[in-house]
Amino acid sequence: MNLFKYELIKDWIPYLSKGLWVTLLIAFIAAIFGTMIGIILVLMSKNKYLKKLALAYIDIFRGTPVLLQISIIYLALPQVVNEVLNGLFGLDVEFQIAGLVAAFVTFSLNSGAYISEIIRSGINSVDPGELEAAKALGISKYHMYKDIILPIAFRNSFPALMNEFITLVKESSIVSILGIQDLMRRQQIVSSQIYRYFEPLIIVGIIYYIVIKILSVIARKVEVKLAYDRS
Amino acid sequence: MIEVKNVYKSFGDLEVLKNVSYTFKKGKTTAIIGASGSGKSTLLRCINQLEEINSGDILVENKSINDYDHKDLVAKVGMVFQQFNLFSNMNVLKNVTFALMKVKKMTKEEATELAISALTTVNVVDKIEQYPNTLSGGQKQRVALARALVNKPDVMLFDEPTSALDPEMVNEVLDEIKKLTQTGLTNIIVTHEMGFAKEVADEVIYMDEGMIVEASDAKTFFENPKEERTKQFLNKIL
Repeated sequence: MNLFKYELIKDWIPYLSKGLWVTLLIAFIAAIFGTMIGIILVLMSKNKYLKKLALAYIDIFRGTPVLLQISIIYLALPQVVNEVLNGLFGLDVEFQIAGLVAAFVTFSLNSGAYISEIIRSGINSVDPGELEAAKALGISKYHMYKDIILPIAFRNSFPALMNEFITLVKESSIVSILGIQDLMRRQQIVSSQIYRYFEPLIIVGIIYYIVIKILSVIARKVEVKLAYDRS
Repeated sequence: MIEVKNVYKSFGDLEVLKNVSYTFKKGKTTAIIGASGSGKSTLLRCINQLEEINSGDILVENKSINDYDHKDLVAKVGMVFQQFNLFSNMNVLKNVTFALMKVKKMTKEEATELAISALTTVNVVDKIEQYPNTLSGGQKQRVALARALVNKPDVMLFDEPTSALDPEMVNEVLDEIKKLTQTGLTNIIVTHEMGFAKEVADEVIYMDEGMIVEASDAKTFFENPKEERTKQFLNKIL
């Protein structure tokens, strides 16, 4: 008995693999914009008026499923915008948001909430004694941040940031519901072509697993390089 | 010379310094002793503005610390901490040259030259490439000493410089501080090492509950203390 029917799937493997680039693109864009949003949120939380806003943002994005968030942005938002535009201004427009754009926006916003927490705890992990020493030497706030706090915070939060990136690679699989041709979506398409679930799922699973393994190994290597205890 | 005048300091409801006045003599070594929580470290930290005083005044060379640019104040007053507080992301050399380059705007070459000479003095010049994590406590404290010394301060503040060290490393640090006391630098040392205080201090201050209980020259202080509380304290620890 041959459970894994390789001959059925082999011609589809190149098509399935191409989904990886879509998956990685979404994770990459979200990581970059998420980091920017994360830094902005950390800076906002230093301000006593903007702090509440930043905290509410983080709370909401961490407190609801990403599937709900992407549905609001992709499905509900265009509807509401159209109603407002057409109702208020008597326009007759049919605004829509592209699936890929909705994916970029949702994952960036969502990831920003998590990354801000990572950066914040990285900054908190800096030994206050080192900052006192800097102050006692007359080092300016600017150099304190640039040359001491941020490098140490980055080093300390690197594993968590990398972990967030890996989470993004995996969670981005839900964009398949928007019809974006990432790994999961391509599996569904192939499954409907060959009337088999097992083989396409296993192939896609292997691709995810290998990519995440590679990312983990790179993370580990960089982490070792960043450590300050090498002699 | 450092003049502390009627200084009050509290953290919230807790009064840590209550009307403290004292004049630290130029070129002398003064040891501040007392139980934990007596306010001795806080007094030290007020001098270089790591803590802000609530009222009173502190004069460094006849000028109130509030009238100094912070940068100019710390150029005169260096500090060594209990926990060393080396910059963990910089190697030994960079730890010592960093402030010279960023605060005193020296070139890398000038700063390196000064740093190497200071690190040679405290006997850790063979470690310049290493990061603080790889050093022993005694080595870290000697690097911290070099980092403070390259700024050529007039006054050095030592906040329990040997309290975080393993016993076998205490002496290597005390020896370096002892050398400093013979250079004409004004030293103020918060310490629990009574033997050391007796040996190197010119003046000794005993603090309790945020006040100076007794202050006198070291000989009188240890051999003939006046206050009952000082006697009790000395009996407990000697």
